Amino acid sequence: MSSRKIKEFVGFAILRLATFLIFSALFIILYFISIRGIKVIDWQFLTQMPCEGMTAGGILPAILGTFYLTLCAICFALPLGVAAAIYLTEYARQGRLVRIIRIGINNLAGVPSIVFGLFGLGVFVKYFGFGISILSGGLTLGILILPTIIRASEEALLAVPKSFREASLALGTTKWQTIYRVVLPNAISGILTGSILGIGRAAGETAPILFTAVTFYSARLPNSIFSEVQALPYHIYALMTEGTHPESQVPIAYGTALVLLFLVLGVDLIAIIIRNRARRKKW
Amino acid sequence: MKRTQKENLIRGFFCLLALLSIFFLLGIVIVLFKEGLPIFKDTSLGKFLFGKFWYPTYEPPDFGILPLLLGSFLVTLGALIIAVPLGVASAIYISEVAPSKMREFIKPVIELLAGIPSVLYGFFGMVIVAPLVAKFFNLPVGLNAFTASIVLGIMAIPTITSISEDAISALPKRFKEASFALGANKWETTLRVTLPAAAGGISTAIILGMGRVIGETMTVLMVAGGAAVIPRSFFQPVRTMTATIAAEMGETVVGSLHFHSLFAIAIVLFVITLSFNILADLLTQRFRRRLE
Repeated sequence: MSSRKIKEFVGFAILRLATFLIFSALFIILYFISIRGIKVIDWQFLTQMPCEGMTAGGILPAILGTFYLTLCAICFALPLGVAAAIYLTEYARQGRLVRIIRIGINNLAGVPSIVFGLFGLGVFVKYFGFGISILSGGLTLGILILPTIIRASEEALLAVPKSFREASLALGTTKWQTIYRVVLPNAISGILTGSILGIGRAAGETAPILFTAVTFYSARLPNSIFSEVQALPYHIYALMTEGTHPESQVPIAYGTALVLLFLVLGVDLIAIIIRNRARRKKW
Repeated sequence: MKRTQKENLIRGFFCLLALLSIFFLLGIVIVLFKEGLPIFKDTSLGKFLFGKFWYPTYEPPDFGILPLLLGSFLVTLGALIIAVPLGVASAIYISEVAPSKMREFIKPVIELLAGIPSVLYGFFGMVIVAPLVAKFFNLPVGLNAFTASIVLGIMAIPTITSISEDAISALPKRFKEASFALGANKWETTLRVTLPAAAGGISTAIILGMGRVIGETMTVLMVAGGAAVIPRSFFQPVRTMTATIAAEMGETVVGSLHFHSLFAIAIVLFVITLSFNILADLLTQRFRRRLE
């Protein structure tokens, strides 16, 4: 082999090794959380209240809390996100306004999650007086996932061929009728994918709900949108840092971590599969 | 006439909703400044940014965020040392070397890595990485800047990989074809043609990765150790800006100097991440224009 070929071989081997290392990182994380978490999880763990000062019992309130927060976030962000995407893809002409909107979306996506938490604290908890509640936390998370939903919806809307719109307009419909009857029905699966990714993101975030929604322990399940809640991600953090009995709390944290991982990655995986299928689709 | 009026109304409605992102961004700025600026009546901006002591609960208190700034920069630097080579190398592998079946398998894996919540990275760092670091380097506890860098590095990889990969795939085919025609092999082409041509896009990826790391909260809160002193080495516990806000906000009295100082830290953090984003945006635009 010539030295050029050897160099090429070694170079490619390094690239393969780097990719392999990334793979192993994911594998190690999944492996440890799975094998240690699965030992803790049973039906009781998922359906009971915690007891004995968080050293025993289940995580039902945390599961429900995460569910409510995520639901609230998606109900807020989905309509707004889809509407923004419709404006950007269907109505707006390229120009200064669109550029400003895009800058806004990009920068909103880059704001650190803890800053969203402070915003939620300042606006929803204090200014609007919602207090530490599902509503405050859900709205904060909703703003956080807005850019994700806008981008995914835009991609879905752009994927609908122009000829569909032209055919509809040629029949004498108005722009809105075309969007409502032709474009949206064809883009709906892509939009849903985007919202699924948003769900995964909202369910896993901790910092934004730290001062807007969560509590370490609540004796009863949340009964209104103004209740404070337990949440899976915060539960893991609290068990690891605030507990006084690590020997019994770390296993519970493993179990909670596996539930959260399963939830978030399961949701992400579904979205990725749907999206990849949709991308291959030829109209 | 009525029909066009209705259409215009709908159009205006959607435009308003599209502008909401800007409103939220402005809202964030307003809240941060409204709650953060009062601290500067007590501590000057210079003293705040370059003060060496963060003792918010002492009497009298000290609000110097230099230790926190340096803590944030240290773990960001450490994370980039890990994430940049791995991220860029895997991006090249995906776009230039991997067979297409492999590519369709790797890309979702990278996305899943991006989808893991940061609290789980923190948890993983605490229970797996920290004990290993402690054992390997003979330290009493493994919660320090080094451990945080490793975990943050893994977290930054998906951002760097996927954006670099987009940049490399966006290059026109003729660049490579010209290189092959001159007799260069695949590796030489990658190294001398593809990489330099995609450098603009790759720098965007690195900057966005930096933004992700410096704004990361839960991971550093859990694994970096939490000591608010000026770090002297990677093996010391550090406390970042984000971790300080997260750890202390719950214990402050609303409206106290400490409360305002935490919002002021958030202003600094926001300005840093915003400038990263703007820089990345400018680089992307230049990169696109040069390709055309």
